[in-house]
Amino acid sequence: MASPAALLSRPLPDVGGPAQPLLSVRGLTKHFPLKGGLLNRTRGVVQAVDDVSFDLRKGETLGIVGESGCGKSTTSRLIMALMEPTAGEVIFDGQTVGPGGLSMKEYRRQVQMVFQDSYASLNPRLTIEESIAYSPQVHGLSRRTAIERAHELLAAVGLEPGQFARRYPHELSGGQRQRINIARALVLRPRLIILDEPVSALDKSVEAQVLNLLMDLKEQYGLTYLFISHDLNVVQYMSDRVLVMYLGRVAEFGPVEAIYAKAAHPYTAALLDSRPSMDPDRRRTEPPLSGDPPNPVNPPSGCRFRTRCLHAEDVCAATVPPLAEAGEDHRAACLVHSPGSGHSKAMPHAA
Amino acid sequence: MSSTAMSTTTAGLPLAPQPVASPGYWQGVWKRLRRDPVTLACGGILLLMLFAILAAPLLAPADPFQTSMLRRLRPVGTPNYILGSDELGRDMLTRLLYGGRLSWFIGITPVVIAFGVGGLLGIVAGFAGGWVNMLIMRVTDVFYAFPSVLLAVAISGALGAGVFNAILSLTLVFIPQIIRVAESTTTSVRNLDYVEAARGSGAGAMSIVRVHILPNVLGPIFVYATSLISVSMIIASGLSFLGLGTKPPEAEWGLMLNTLRSAIYSQPLLAMLPGLCIFVTSMCFNLVSDGLRAAMDVRN
Ligand SMILES: Nc1ncnc2c1ncn2[C@@H]1O[C@H](COP(=O)(O)OP(=O)(O)O)[C@@H](O)[C@H]1O
Ligand SMILES: [Mg+2]
Repeated sequence: MASPAALLSRPLPDVGGPAQPLLSVRGLTKHFPLKGGLLNRTRGVVQAVDDVSFDLRKGETLGIVGESGCGKSTTSRLIMALMEPTAGEVIFDGQTVGPGGLSMKEYRRQVQMVFQDSYASLNPRLTIEESIAYSPQVHGLSRRTAIERAHELLAAVGLEPGQFARRYPHELSGGQRQRINIARALVLRPRLIILDEPVSALDKSVEAQVLNLLMDLKEQYGLTYLFISHDLNVVQYMSDRVLVMYLGRVAEFGPVEAIYAKAAHPYTAALLDSRPSMDPDRRRTEPPLSGDPPNPVNPPSGCRFRTRCLHAEDVCAATVPPLAEAGEDHRAACLVHSPGSGHSKAMPHAA
Repeated sequence: MSSTAMSTTTAGLPLAPQPVASPGYWQGVWKRLRRDPVTLACGGILLLMLFAILAAPLLAPADPFQTSMLRRLRPVGTPNYILGSDELGRDMLTRLLYGGRLSWFIGITPVVIAFGVGGLLGIVAGFAGGWVNMLIMRVTDVFYAFPSVLLAVAISGALGAGVFNAILSLTLVFIPQIIRVAESTTTSVRNLDYVEAARGSGAGAMSIVRVHILPNVLGPIFVYATSLISVSMIIASGLSFLGLGTKPPEAEWGLMLNTLRSAIYSQPLLAMLPGLCIFVTSMCFNLVSDGLRAAMDVRN
């Protein structure tokens, strides 16, 4: 058996080969009971994530977009196994997590996360090097080796170890702190990194630097990214494929070029239309999205987007739209794309 | 200095720059405290008082229990009775010095015990969550529903007068209050992203509590506890004043305030002295607690 120091110096080996998805999410669901009132009774459930399935390919960056509150962070916490799903499972490189599969500790080594709030993600009482060196020590490295490893990673994220290792988080800028969070996520040599709005709290100029750093690190360390953001431009810049979420469900899923060229789901089209654009040619015919998304406690029946959709018909209230083919490797949960669904714009019968 | 000189002395290797180390957390707290004159002054007053009451046997000019029917209620400034004498002719300065010992003891002991017991229960409740939290917090809420003074008087009344019972009743009053603060502080820290990140890297509960929870919750709980000392001293004095705390002839500020009540018109200054001691002490504890709270916030 190799020493922990040797083990943590490179990622765990690929198991299923390049064609096997790194991560398969199957029917992932999280319902939060809404408690309150007398005797703390359950007064309903927040359907934060509802039957979400997707595959994450080795080496890709999958972007997840959607308005605030649509369940992006809950999805990432479920994948990180920071909370128990109501239903569904996560398969990592062909192995289930738990008894008979990958142990939780092995899984945690391979999947790490960067949070949005760079300040809240660092323990204010630890120095930078202690923060980064914490998880290798959890995995059995000596303090000295872990600190050495921390210095290597500080250098890798562009921070001079001599200058930053012994400082405290509150003394640094948001961009520097986020680099440290990235270093901490990398120190276990994971294969997958979940980035939950990693640049949303940063200035535009810093944002670009951090995004480019993420691209470089992905190359250098052979990583796969799950990149979450509500910013469509950032997702377009970063991602190979994009998953659009609406009110806990997958609305559309496909290659970034296809989606940004011609969105299949009316929600994606409205989102793309509502972003500021300098380019008059990119103006779309759809009106921008108005109003707030409905309450996830009592989401609309059938298609959850129908209350804000221009193409909504009676059938949309009755049928939950399946993810239908909308192009190559491109699917949308809209009855318009579902042949024989009964929607006036859909093809009458399955081809 | 020249770079050529440097490179020759280090055989071609560039000198590693000296690592920039920030001062540690407590050094920072001390640095911020040093710039806060109010807290420093109050802390100084408290230290002086503590020294005076500890050294009471050496400093006191007379015997605290030596009564004299002939020299009752001498005014402040009487020769040999610098601060006057009380209704039984005992030297006031001596009584105040010895009284401070009991007042401080009854005031601080309950807070210290409650900090230990309440802090532990609150941190456990906050970190464990679920039914453990439910159990601890529901019981706490029952006690918390009563105003402190009422609860202290009720418990002391039931247990009977005496120093031990006064401390016990105050401890019972403060435990729920500290549990609440400890629980809410721990719950909020537990939900912070750095704790999630630690869980996400495979750390066990014990390691998370030791490295991430305790260092971030003990400070705020401690500051809250120090703010209770002033309340504790006032309630302790109140209990003695009501005859539920210390019993005569013991010297204690609250009890002295009670027995000197009748002299408020004849010797107002004398009668107010124990009250003044209570007031100054509890105010200083309060201001020190505030200053500590500010100094312990790294963002200041
Ligand atoms: N711990 C929780 N308890 C109850 N409701 C929650 C909890 N976490 C998230 N939610 C709810 O779930 C929904 C999705 O939240 P979240 O995943 O944070 O969305 P996003 O990251 O896309 O903004 C929101 O309506 C939110 O209020
Ligand atoms: Mg979020």
